[in-house]
Amino acid sequence: MDNEGSNSQQDFHGGNSRCLSVLKAAFPATLPVFAGFWFLGLAYGIYMHSLGFPFWYPMCMSALIFAGSLEFVIANMLSGAFAPLQVLLISLLVNARHVFYGIAMLDRFRGLGFWRKTALIAGMCDETFAINYSAKVPQGVDKGSFMLAVTLFNYSYWVSGATLGGLFGNALSFNTRGLEFVLTAMFTVIFTQQWLKDRSRIPELTGFGCAFLCLLCLGPQNFMVPAMLLITLMLAFLRKPLSGRL
Amino acid sequence: MTLAEQILTVLIGAAATQFTRFAAFIFFAGKKTPAFLAYLGKCLPGAVFALLVVYCLKDVSVFTGSRGIPEAAGIAATVLLHLWKRQMLLSIAGGTALYMLFVQTVFA
Repeated sequence: MDNEGSNSQQDFHGGNSRCLSVLKAAFPATLPVFAGFWFLGLAYGIYMHSLGFPFWYPMCMSALIFAGSLEFVIANMLSGAFAPLQVLLISLLVNARHVFYGIAMLDRFRGLGFWRKTALIAGMCDETFAINYSAKVPQGVDKGSFMLAVTLFNYSYWVSGATLGGLFGNALSFNTRGLEFVLTAMFTVIFTQQWLKDRSRIPELTGFGCAFLCLLCLGPQNFMVPAMLLITLMLAFLRKPLSGRL
Repeated sequence: MTLAEQILTVLIGAAATQFTRFAAFIFFAGKKTPAFLAYLGKCLPGAVFALLVVYCLKDVSVFTGSRGIPEAAGIAATVLLHLWKRQMLLSIAGGTALYMLFVQTVFA
């Protein structure tokens, strides 16, 4: 709460320049997401267009759901029969990994104030979590404002990309094949940074091991939730030996 | 599906997504984070970033098509660039450019 107080005082004195310095710090961190989200958002908008939906479908869905892979799934279901329970279960399963992000951010979002915290949680997709968890915030820039700016930037990229895809999707013809790899590369860099920073690499190796094992045994459609359960179980087992080394 | 059913479908998906994001904060809203969760909060990110990389590569087949060569090259370039220069944007741009080169020319 102290944080909030000092912020409003700072805003009072030099709000605009402070706001600008936050945006200047946050924007470069979100550039890879800009490339990736516009590409995937356009692809999603084009996909909805090809299913025969007008542009406001991808616009509203991306703004309300804001979870890329689920939006593709629901786009498909919209053309079928109404199955509310199925939608609910699939949505929970596809997005179950968000629970992990929440656990990792529990302490970092503490004391940020109700609205700011609510916005940060509501907009916490994979990419936003990865940046907000790992980014080094420059000195003099408020961490909470930085994270909020990252969240809003990423959100706007996705919604605008999806909307543009729905509007102009068919007119695009330049060769962007392979651009989606930008998100893979971003996660790879963030993983590399974490690997270099951590004193023990056992969490990383546990993550890889469990993910690979579940992918091999269960296939690409069904491996995520079992992999997450297995990771949690393994880390619970490793708590004693790991506790002193994190 | 009628329009009302479509709206309901989207709202269910949105609500379920928000539930997964808020769950940890709802269930552990107490003053102090339980010790086990604090431990998980510290060691999960490393594991989750590994999981996300695997998730991005989940549809790659090493037995058919380009055999995962563009992906392997792109990731190797990304990691090496990062170990060398430690410039996030450079690593991402370099890895992605190499990947795009592979899928647009060699494996077109």
